[in-house]
Amino acid sequence: MTAATPARRFLAGDLAPAATGLGCVVLFFIVLETLIRTGVISEYIVPPPSEVVASFGRVVMEEHIIRRFFLTIGECLTTGVMITVFGVVGGVLLYHYRILRLAVETWVAALAAAPVVLAYPLFMVIFGRNAWTIIMIGFVAALSPVILKTVEGLAGTRKVLIDVGRSFNLSASQQFFKIMLPAALPTIFTGIRLGLIFALINIVGVEFLINYGGLGQLINDLAERYDLPGTYAAICFVILVSVVFFMTLERIERWLRPTN
Amino acid sequence: MAAADQLSKARAPAVSAVTLVRVGLIVGVLAIWELLARSGWLYRDVVPSLIAIAKALVALLSSGDYYFNLGVTAGEVAAALAIGGGCGVVVGIVLGANRFLARAFEIYLYYLGPTPKIIFFPVMIMWFGVGSGSKVALGALSCFFPVALSVAAGMRQIDRVLIRVAKSFRADARQMVTKIYLPAMRHPILNGVRLGLGIALIGTLLAETKLSNKGVGFLIINAYSTFDMPRMYANLIVLFVIAIGANALVGRMVGLHTIRR
Repeated sequence: MTAATPARRFLAGDLAPAATGLGCVVLFFIVLETLIRTGVISEYIVPPPSEVVASFGRVVMEEHIIRRFFLTIGECLTTGVMITVFGVVGGVLLYHYRILRLAVETWVAALAAAPVVLAYPLFMVIFGRNAWTIIMIGFVAALSPVILKTVEGLAGTRKVLIDVGRSFNLSASQQFFKIMLPAALPTIFTGIRLGLIFALINIVGVEFLINYGGLGQLINDLAERYDLPGTYAAICFVILVSVVFFMTLERIERWLRPTN
Repeated sequence: MAAADQLSKARAPAVSAVTLVRVGLIVGVLAIWELLARSGWLYRDVVPSLIAIAKALVALLSSGDYYFNLGVTAGEVAAALAIGGGCGVVVGIVLGANRFLARAFEIYLYYLGPTPKIIFFPVMIMWFGVGSGSKVALGALSCFFPVALSVAAGMRQIDRVLIRVAKSFRADARQMVTKIYLPAMRHPILNGVRLGLGIALIGTLLAETKLSNKGVGFLIINAYSTFDMPRMYANLIVLFVIAIGANALVGRMVGLHTIRR
């Protein structure tokens, strides 16, 4: 019994499942490599994983992936600043003017569900085939979560905090900047995090579709050149960037959210 | 009753004020639009007049060709939802039922879920060709993740008493799925389908705009290529109405009273 306890602890902990998951992923790539090398899967359709790994260096050096990365991230951050400014201001307006909120809140929620990215030809007509098209699509697609979460955060401010502000005779602006905005900040950041995720998805997608800009364009370029290992390597790089971006935002959100 | 009557009387003016604000906003936007269209401040046809858009809308909705393309897209989205959503439900049930497997694999779904799926389109073309197959595959890939994660989360919220009751009746795995898990998870599954439908629609249509010769996505990019702006606006309006309407409809089926994410 005593000998089984550490094993049980190991199985019950996170290490064994994580090792199993990682092991299965590695096994999948080994099987895939074998199937491609033995000709079961055509290497003209799926390149061997080893070739994809080997092409990383080439893609980084020859395709200026770092410059492209900063271009995409720059577009994302510009969108982030825009959704934060317009989204928070919009949310505050909707919170303060109840009639406006009742009138348009469902519209804002509907915008969140609308396939805005499909209007990219329209944005190209209006803004031209340049970075502004990409940024504006990201902005429109990512704006509504920030507005909705700002309203939710302000509406969810604890009454006791508002009463404390009143007891100190705070003015309306002091009440807003010293009590309500700090209390709503974690919820607002949830909206900004969601918005930034939508923005990244849409920005990379539109870069790919209109063949302009950073990482999305790189995938399109490599695919059009039929550079299969390069295409797969670029896709892996975009996935890596998305995951790191997502994890960073989650970490910031956790840091902002009070532990209680 | 009297209190309820008073409350409804008190609310009545607020409702009409909201309607007034809504109507005012719509009229204001339409007026600004028409002003822009007639002003000549923008390039010609970038903002076409409302009359031109209305004419294009009527022409679009009375054209048999449009319904053929709408049918193609609807078929692709339905196939994508059936494949991606079906796989998502199965994977979600497996992950939700088994804590070890969830800890091993759910993290991959969680972090791969928010990646832009359109970048897989070149791969889908290699695997499934330039026809409908690659669009269906992209739509299926797009909707798999939200459905799987929603179903896995829903599985964990099933009342443990129901599971214990079924086990005490010695229900086998098939009976557990059909008699307990699926009926108890109607809400999360439909919610996952709601999310998946929107994402499958976007994935399929984006793929159509990139490389296709049929479907609504093709019609949009074709209108752009020929610079037929009223037709493009008409296509987008119908598409947005369909997408938002489908989302609201499934949301209502699920019991969600809003269509918030």
